[in-house]
Amino acid sequence: MARKLSGMRLLNLLLGGWSGLVFLFLYIPIVLLIVYSFNASKMAIVWEGFSFKWYTALGREALDHVSGTKRSPLVESAINSVTIASIVTVFSVILGTAGAWLLYRYKFPALRSITTLVYIPMIIPEIIMGISLLIFFKAMSLTLGFTTVIISHITFCFPFVLIAVQARLAGVDPALEEAAMDLGATPMKALFLVMVPYMMPAIISGGLMAFTLSLDEVIVTYFTRGPTSETLPLRVYGLAKVGLSPILNTISAVFIVVTVALTVAAESVKGLNK
Amino acid sequence: MSTDAKEVMVEVRRVTKTFDEFTAVSDVSLEIRAGEFITLLGPSGCGKTTLLRMISGFETPTQGQIFIAGQDVTHDPPYRRDANQVFQSYALFPHMTVKENIGFGLRMKKVPKSEAQERVREAIAMVSLGGMEDRKPSQLSGGQRQRVALARAIVCRPKVLLLDEPLSALDAKLRHAMQVELKHLQQKLGITFVFVTHDQEEALTMSDRIAVINQGKVEQLGDATAIYHQPKTTFVANFIGQANILEGRVVSRAGRKVTLRLEGGPEVTLLADDLPDDATTAMISVRPEKILIRKQREESDNVFEAEIAEEIFKGATDQLMLRTPGGLELWAVVANESARQATVHKGDKVFCHLHFDDIVVVQGN
Repeated sequence: MARKLSGMRLLNLLLGGWSGLVFLFLYIPIVLLIVYSFNASKMAIVWEGFSFKWYTALGREALDHVSGTKRSPLVESAINSVTIASIVTVFSVILGTAGAWLLYRYKFPALRSITTLVYIPMIIPEIIMGISLLIFFKAMSLTLGFTTVIISHITFCFPFVLIAVQARLAGVDPALEEAAMDLGATPMKALFLVMVPYMMPAIISGGLMAFTLSLDEVIVTYFTRGPTSETLPLRVYGLAKVGLSPILNTISAVFIVVTVALTVAAESVKGLNK
Repeated sequence: MSTDAKEVMVEVRRVTKTFDEFTAVSDVSLEIRAGEFITLLGPSGCGKTTLLRMISGFETPTQGQIFIAGQDVTHDPPYRRDANQVFQSYALFPHMTVKENIGFGLRMKKVPKSEAQERVREAIAMVSLGGMEDRKPSQLSGGQRQRVALARAIVCRPKVLLLDEPLSALDAKLRHAMQVELKHLQQKLGITFVFVTHDQEEALTMSDRIAVINQGKVEQLGDATAIYHQPKTTFVANFIGQANILEGRVVSRAGRKVTLRLEGGPEVTLLADDLPDDATTAMISVRPEKILIRKQREESDNVFEAEIAEEIFKGATDQLMLRTPGGLELWAVVANESARQATVHKGDKVFCHLHFDDIVVVQGN
């Protein structure tokens, strides 16, 4: 018994060590990036001491842009990104929730194939998605810009909302909706007063996922953007090609913090079962 | 209307419900009286829940009609019927507090706020949930959720309250307490209760009348004592309580008095009212506790000898398997009156006494 136990302990130790290594490998670059965002040096990868100066510089640039003193393409792209992500989130939430409800409420022969079709934009390579959307927009003679970027983002963001809501509905007690109707609620009232609140944790976490995905997106945006609709990731990508400036570390650090915060929020809302 | 609307609250008229190939309810007619506690009793899959759901409006009959308080509601949706249901899973709204859950029906019916508040308060008091008003369903015990579900339905003052196995999720002790409480509540409110269960004991405890349902049909409708003492079919006899179902040949007949020779056993005489004149065989049901067991022969309508082949201690009672010299086996139950002087034991030769009234002719299924 004792030997068996120590064998188990050894296995646990090995597993723990391995998991530790995996996490180190995953997160050391990100930690480094955040550390270097406090670097006093002008060179992005040479450590010269701790400083907030790049954060101050970034802050000043943002203030100048907002007050109109000095236009900053960087800050403008950040505003673009947030605007696009917000609009994408709203549409994704509506489409995704409505879609999940449709698939839950109505059982029809093509149900399975439709569900699969919904998943495809999530797994299709982004480069193919970008090219196909570009061809589509050209064929429709749409001018590339905000609208095309937003449509593209909705295409791959709304399935995340749909899947989150679908998962929540899979566990719902069918009597819940019946109870509402039994108490005098019309199907519409039952939906909005009982079922939507029931779906809400999934809607919120799906929406946060959609926001994060839209905010980070590079490849599809690259194909579908117009001259005035450059997003922050694309701007950063462009700057990185010219050379690694410490301000890139700073923006990236801010970006990581926002993304992580949203993801954590999405996960914790998902955990708010019932 | 063929029936008096004052007397009959719910009428199920020749209702059939089929799902694809499967007939869940088959040509059922049932009149439920105003203010009565009726139980639809049957095994799972017998159609009792489907019948209830047609009254509440969640299923539409394939054929036939449903009336509530004299009005044809066959095709009315649930939200336009004066019937409320307590669901087996309770189906409380998880995002609403106890108070909001109970007030939901009044909100839908646009009852003025002050009146609604008063009625919610009353309902909460009635089911003894004082102090829980602002809790969410997830913060309540099973018994408390059950009470919320009940209050949420009765606060609407429906003409008929439909209860779909509402006690099945509770533990035995709580279930017994709730059975009594439900019955009292029903008497106090005077609302017609239609209760669905597969638990025969629950049905006997609470109901004014019981409709025993089997394979989509009402096998027997009557009050608890009639159902128990005069089962009409072998199914009813077996489903409610225990029964010895025995088959015999008719050997003589004098008016109501019929004598049967049981297969592998003795002759018994009984009073048969509904045995056809030309019947040559009959099936009878004998409740185990009706067999009086004595070591000496006593005066009785029927007496036969048997040996105790098996003795099972059940606490308050002993279950005995009797075997007659001819090999007929039947169960009997005797009270364990005193631990020190159990009167009969395995291997004893005894005399079994049976009263005319305790032998009931049943139809086979």
